[in-house]
Amino acid sequence: MDKVKYDKIRKKLKDTSIGIAGLGGLGSNAAVSLARAGIGRLVLVDFDKVEEKNLGRQYYFIEHIGRSKVDSLKEIIEKINPQVKLVIHNLKLEKGKMEKPFKDVNVVIEALDNAETKTIFIEEILTKLPKKPIIAASGVAGYGNSDRIKTKRLGNLFMCYDGQAKSSDDDVLMAPRVSIMANWEANLALEIILGEDK
Amino acid sequence: MSIEVNGKKVEWVKNETVEKLLKRMKYTFPLVVVKINDKVVPRKDFSYVKIPDKSTVAVIHMISGG
Repeated sequence: MDKVKYDKIRKKLKDTSIGIAGLGGLGSNAAVSLARAGIGRLVLVDFDKVEEKNLGRQYYFIEHIGRSKVDSLKEIIEKINPQVKLVIHNLKLEKGKMEKPFKDVNVVIEALDNAETKTIFIEEILTKLPKKPIIAASGVAGYGNSDRIKTKRLGNLFMCYDGQAKSSDDDVLMAPRVSIMANWEANLALEIILGEDK
Repeated sequence: MSIEVNGKKVEWVKNETVEKLLKRMKYTFPLVVVKINDKVVPRKDFSYVKIPDKSTVAVIHMISGG
């Protein structure tokens, strides 16, 4: 390993704050990856409780069923990397003030499930926090077709995107593809923070 | 007299709104982020914001799942 590069990256990531909206398949997996990578601070937002059916793709354990996702994920991350500062918000993002918890983060990750909520959230971040990079994902449902996933950049909006995928209302959500997208988002966050890895 | 929509060159239509352009392009997904020359157009403005000539329009579909 390149020790000089590693130390430089570690220092930079330690001073970085990332906000994640939604802690389902995308958000829980992205948060764990970023905690392992050594991000200094994570702002985690979700209003839901862990359900048994979530265990098929979300980073929770049987013992978390019935507990809030924010508390459960905090417990998990503290077991992986207790150095990460965690700010948790057990709340439903409300139209008109969705950007509020994310004002002081360096990068925002959209990890919501419903297409309409995703769109409203992205629009609010782009218009109210115009300098903030936001990473979003669209087209996580199904399995296979990894090669169809692309990064699309539109100014400060970075999309992890498969335009041919079906809506999760008409398809299945499976751990491998959801995890690819979640880690694609986390990987994009590192690239935005650290610059292109040349 | 043309605009670019998602990388495709299409004819510019005078006084065409975002809503009408989406219809013309047959973008059936109701949920999209639209940018004209890199500026986001809020959805509530789709019915009256007009597409300027020579502009670059990006339309992103959002699909449920997460």
